[in-house]
Amino acid sequence: MTETETLQLLTPAGERIAPNPAVAHPATPEQIAAYAAELTLSDLRAAYRNMVRTRAFDREATSLQRQGELGLWVPSLGQEAAQVGSALAIPAADMIYPSYREHGVAEVRGLDLREIIPVFRGTRHGGWDPKAHNFHLYTFVIGAHTLHAVGHAMGLQQDRRRGIVDTADAVVVYFGDGATSQGDANEALVFASSAEAPVLFFLQNNHWAISVPTERQSRFPLANRADGFGIPHLRVDGNDVVACYAATRYALDHIAAGHGPFYIEAETYRMGAHTTSDDPTRYRTREEEAHWLARDPIARLRALLEADGVEPEFFAGVEAEGRELGASVRAFTRANTAGDFTEVFDHVYASPNAQVERERAAWDAYLSRGESR
Amino acid sequence: MNAPVVAHDRKGPAPHARPGTTAAGAAPSSGAAHASLPMAQAINAGLRAAMTRDESVILMGEDIGPLGGVFRVTDGLQRDFGADRVRDTPLAESGIVGTAIGMALAGYRPVVEIQFDGFIFPAFNQITTQLAKLTYRSQGDVRVPVVIRVPYGGDIGAIEHHSESPEALFAHTAGLRVVTPSTSADAFTMIQQAIASPDPVLFFEPKARYWSRGEIPATVDLTPDGVVAGLSRARTVQHGTDVTLAGYGPTVATLTKAAAAAAEDGISAEVLDLRSISPLDFDAVIESVRRTGRLVVAHEAAEYYGPGAELAARVAEACFYDLEAPVLRVGGFHTPYPANRHEHDHLPNLDRILDAIDRSLDY
Repeated sequence: MTETETLQLLTPAGERIAPNPAVAHPATPEQIAAYAAELTLSDLRAAYRNMVRTRAFDREATSLQRQGELGLWVPSLGQEAAQVGSALAIPAADMIYPSYREHGVAEVRGLDLREIIPVFRGTRHGGWDPKAHNFHLYTFVIGAHTLHAVGHAMGLQQDRRRGIVDTADAVVVYFGDGATSQGDANEALVFASSAEAPVLFFLQNNHWAISVPTERQSRFPLANRADGFGIPHLRVDGNDVVACYAATRYALDHIAAGHGPFYIEAETYRMGAHTTSDDPTRYRTREEEAHWLARDPIARLRALLEADGVEPEFFAGVEAEGRELGASVRAFTRANTAGDFTEVFDHVYASPNAQVERERAAWDAYLSRGESR
Repeated sequence: MNAPVVAHDRKGPAPHARPGTTAAGAAPSSGAAHASLPMAQAINAGLRAAMTRDESVILMGEDIGPLGGVFRVTDGLQRDFGADRVRDTPLAESGIVGTAIGMALAGYRPVVEIQFDGFIFPAFNQITTQLAKLTYRSQGDVRVPVVIRVPYGGDIGAIEHHSESPEALFAHTAGLRVVTPSTSADAFTMIQQAIASPDPVLFFEPKARYWSRGEIPATVDLTPDGVVAGLSRARTVQHGTDVTLAGYGPTVATLTKAAAAAAEDGISAEVLDLRSISPLDFDAVIESVRRTGRLVVAHEAAEYYGPGAELAARVAEACFYDLEAPVLRVGGFHTPYPANRHEHDHLPNLDRILDAIDRSLDY
């Protein structure tokens, strides 16, 4: 798969180009151009800010893991355009099901990024209320959440049949190239197609499932699999924030018009490790990393903004904001603690449960014996 | 994969019958009682009542629409509630449960039918890593009130994978409620309470008892407390003084027969229908064993690591000075479920239970 096979609207040097009709299908180049034109200079500045903040957050969290403050971190480094560009196209009312690396989507959603920290610091499993920003919890069982997104979309369909007015038009699920091999991810396509569910599958193909390259998951482009399920697809340059936005806008309009599910493959690159426990030097080359470094999504957008006359003070200001965010995350992390141990007995069930209460009482009795010893 | 066809009872509830039930959260009220129904139709009546009461109740599964399910438990429901509420799904169990979770997250109360016990395993991941944990991992922010109906157990002369009892695998998973009725009355009541519960519920239906008839009650307690109690408490089938016989689902009828046979020998057996496997009603069993001093537990699931093992450990701890004999178990063997010509001996049949009663009394 080469870059020429993906929809690209910004070259790696940040120059605007017209959509190639051969890769814009099923959209027309005119449609893609119109969606891209929605992004004003102000929007592009906002996108740049989201991307830089995401990277600053990610860098800080990586450092905090190295300092022993986090048990693990999953870097989003290099995937900022795919995440921010797509998320900017998703209405606030539409529910998003992320996998576990979508820090850039969280940023656009308005989630306080610090809420992600407890999950990796080990103070709780989920950090935020999914309903607060229509951003579901991270899911760590690969691909399991793709079915939840489809079911949620089936719920929207049922709401409409009942005459319940939803503000949401669609559900969006993010998943990766490794997940495409999971049975659940394939069953999700079966169920979405069968129900004609209003769901957008947003695949970030970052080329590596930990140490296994995409070619091991599939011998032909992953997005082509959608065809076999009767789901139309677009393949987009995932390091091009404008193309990611335009493709997602097209897909969501397709879904809102009642045409059923859609599938986007964003070709991007995991510039960092899979997690902080990983060592990419064991399985990929410096040359490959250098190739993608030259396609850095943030540098690409910055080049465009500079060419459009955005002043240096803007970039300096965003950098400063990123540093402030990092400091804020650092302070939050160091102060973040788990509650009393007995909180483990909370919320196992939503209604009273005798077995849980029996063990809670046994724990209390154990503590009492300790006090009397 | 087709099951024996359920004898169709034309005297069952009319298509638009409204069994007397109470609205969720309301106090019990009286309604018209039904005549005797086979358990399969009692569950059907319970589903019908829940769907009538709450538009968010959606049935999902394989062949549950025009066919009415291979055991006809959903017979007539698609006709009366429509294909959007009684959904024939693609043939993929993980997909069914996974999308049911998503529907629950969108505000619905899906009731999933897994066609047979042995076919639940493709969904095992969704049930144990997702369904069971979502409330916990969200600190209670989200609820997933999904009910998974599973025809289970043997003694129907079926081929491989159609007679299994995997309940312990789910009882071992925190976050799930695991229940099983043994009578039409409980089936009618408990399916409605399972649907009303804010927790995910594995609802195991003893398929060998689908055709056993019984009265269904005029009212169902769907208050929050009533739901918790209905999905947690054992039922005393008959009182006795010499030995406690505990079981659930398909074995309750066998235990009752064993108690009758033992009575002819002058042995007074107390019979407990556990009804819930998670949570187990330890208090009810302990209270009984403190009086009788003896406990025999029976289930079709394997003895090793089964619910009986858990009960034995708890009873040994709580009733150490009350026990006249060790707790004995009668269950399936540590073998795959055998070919059906052997299933009689594999199951906790009357003879094996009476043998255990004798061993307990002779200790």
